[in-house]
Amino acid sequence: MVKSFFKKFFKKLNFNPFSNKNHVKLGLYGPPNGGKSTLANRICQDWLGEEMSTVSHIAHETREIVIKEQVTIKSKRGKELTFSLVDTPGIATKIDYEEFLKKGMNKNEAKKRAKEATKGVIDAIKWLDNMDSVVVVLDATIDPYSQVNITIIGNLQARNIPVIIAANKVDLRKADVDLIKAAFPQYPVIGISAKYGKHVEDFYEQIFKLVK
Amino acid sequence: MVTFQFIPYQDIESLTSAKRINKLLNIVKDNRIVIMEGRLTKEEEADLIEITMEEIGPKFKGIELSVIYPDKNSNDLFKKIKGTVANVLLGNRIGLTIIGPASIVKKIEKNPDKIELLTKENGSKLNSKKYKS
Repeated sequence: MVKSFFKKFFKKLNFNPFSNKNHVKLGLYGPPNGGKSTLANRICQDWLGEEMSTVSHIAHETREIVIKEQVTIKSKRGKELTFSLVDTPGIATKIDYEEFLKKGMNKNEAKKRAKEATKGVIDAIKWLDNMDSVVVVLDATIDPYSQVNITIIGNLQARNIPVIIAANKVDLRKADVDLIKAAFPQYPVIGISAKYGKHVEDFYEQIFKLVK
Repeated sequence: MVTFQFIPYQDIESLTSAKRINKLLNIVKDNRIVIMEGRLTKEEEADLIEITMEEIGPKFKGIELSVIYPDKNSNDLFKKIKGTVANVLLGNRIGLTIIGPASIVKKIEKNPDKIELLTKENGSKLNSKKYKS
């Protein structure tokens, strides 16, 4: 608790004696189905040659915090950056097990998934304090003015955690990166397709600016 | 029938964060839509989501939440000044918070200084009144 207090205090001064460049935690946050796990897999495939998380079109596929240690990326200029990548469950204000029934699950599976999903949201919020930098992953085809998005970003801002926004799914025709830029003008927004790897090089360059 | 309950800011002003959240959540769990003067802090919003998740069960499926207030981060200089001044003078008293039970409120659309509630009964827009602070 004392460490947490000093961590917050030094963060406000942009100085953190507890930080260790080899133990930087880069979190992926956002609402469900924005593509956090797809992006986590893209990063791990590109730099480690392996996948990290399971992905699905059904919401709340990631219901536990998943951590991949020692991910090292290289910039175009040859600089290296090592961090722990933290894939978090999607944050939501409601979870209805009947929605999972509609996706073909049986009642027990749906109830179990709903219960795990609620715990996942709680864990994701609790883990905010452990993050050094965060990528907020938003689905660029969906209205960004949701209170969940605003609450996530507001909480990161309140904790002085550096943020970039990945406007994901730009491969889809409905994607509107400019709308996300208009909604969150104070943050860098990078339009990407985590699934197809579109603009991920620009995204990696932004990670170097984010994690200083 | 949909019931709204107005909460003036003075009703929650002196409460601790935990009591504020419990008060609001108890109203929502009673199937009423809260219209609160002012807003919670960002940390309280996160706590509200956390406690909502703990309370989810067969009878309570969660909440729909929306907050509107002048945006001090806006690119529009006039809006930015207006938002900053309002925040300095009134703090969290400025703005409006709407919290509804997810079983009744399907979606709250914010665009960005207008709120529309879509209810579950018929999926129609219940209210499209523009709120200006």
